[in-house]
Amino acid sequence: MNPRRRRIVIAVAVMLIGVGTAAALALRAFQENLLYFYSPTLVAAGEAPANRKFRIGGLVVPGSVMRNPDTLAVSFALTDTLHQVRVNYEGILPDLFREGQGIVANGELLADGTFGATEVLAKHDENYMPPEVADALKAAGSSLDYSKFKHQQ
Amino acid sequence: MFTFLHKYGSPQHFYRLSRGLAPWFGGASALLFAAGLYGALLLSPPDYQQGEGVRIIYVHVPSAWMSLMVYVIMAAAGGVGLIWKVKVADAFARASAPLGAAFTFLALATGSLWGKPMWGTWWVWDARLTSELILLFLYLGYMALQTAIEDRRTAARAGAVLALVGLVNIPIIHFSVLWWSTLHQGPTLRPFAPPAIHMSMLVPLMVMAVAFMLYFAAVVLVRTRNELLELERNSNWARELAAEEAAR
Repeated sequence: MNPRRRRIVIAVAVMLIGVGTAAALALRAFQENLLYFYSPTLVAAGEAPANRKFRIGGLVVPGSVMRNPDTLAVSFALTDTLHQVRVNYEGILPDLFREGQGIVANGELLADGTFGATEVLAKHDENYMPPEVADALKAAGSSLDYSKFKHQQ
Repeated sequence: MFTFLHKYGSPQHFYRLSRGLAPWFGGASALLFAAGLYGALLLSPPDYQQGEGVRIIYVHVPSAWMSLMVYVIMAAAGGVGLIWKVKVADAFARASAPLGAAFTFLALATGSLWGKPMWGTWWVWDARLTSELILLFLYLGYMALQTAIEDRRTAARAGAVLALVGLVNIPIIHFSVLWWSTLHQGPTLRPFAPPAIHMSMLVPLMVMAVAFMLYFAAVVLVRTRNELLELERNSNWARELAAEEAAR
């Protein structure tokens, strides 16, 4: 390898390592800001921001959904299987909203410990299957699987 | 490496080779697109939760994969051009960029169309969507650089450096759904784990993915050839080729 090429190879290698390290450090420093949502456990531990809006994500606890028949108001509990937070929302829910489904709600933690949401989004999981297969799985008795609902502590 | 590159990497040799290969890739791609689309739109079942809406993945997922693959190929070609001064590699990188940008745009657009009914929003600033948008800007920046610098050598060098620096974004896009909480779901196909997608959907998805790859291969060869002709328009082989074509 002639000296010119060796110089460029070294320069490219140093550049890749440098940029990679800088990006890794920057991403570590902003770790918290890159979280799209907080889990109920993080909220229970008091790590969610107080007095400002943030997002909370979890599974809708089956049997916890209460609707007001006269308005669009709805209330449900979100869980990460360790802790639960009750969410109150008034508005249109996405099509994928259902019990046991992953949900991300944007809003504020209120003084009574409930979460007042201004926006509710459905978080889809990575499983794709025909309805018959899903029915067969359900018949075989699969329970809430939080591991499919990605979150980090 | 050097002798290999210069033997098979000469513009003339590459021109003839790619002229032979491109139609085969194009034809195979068209066949697989026909089979893949038939499988995706008619044979495959609706999803248990998303219903018919799931069919957008047969375009969304292959274009998202391609957006990453084309970038890595483009940066690698740029690096080869930078280190070994191979004209064909420079031309190849330059020819890849608009294709990569198109795949990235397609992934973002189809994802957005799917996001509205499924998530309830067109767009969120989570780590996956934001890093993919940055990828689109990297492609556009690379293309702008190629247009802005008139001298091909300088443009190729500047572009290669940009592409190599931007390479850091690729693992960020890929692992974003594992490193941070995102609205975008996690990977369905993981190494050392059974796929989380039913076989009746996986097969058309894979057929579509291969069709996308062959499409890229065919078009990038034609585009590279075009770049080489423009670059080498005053060389003997290009003149001979023009005379040959004119005589036909």
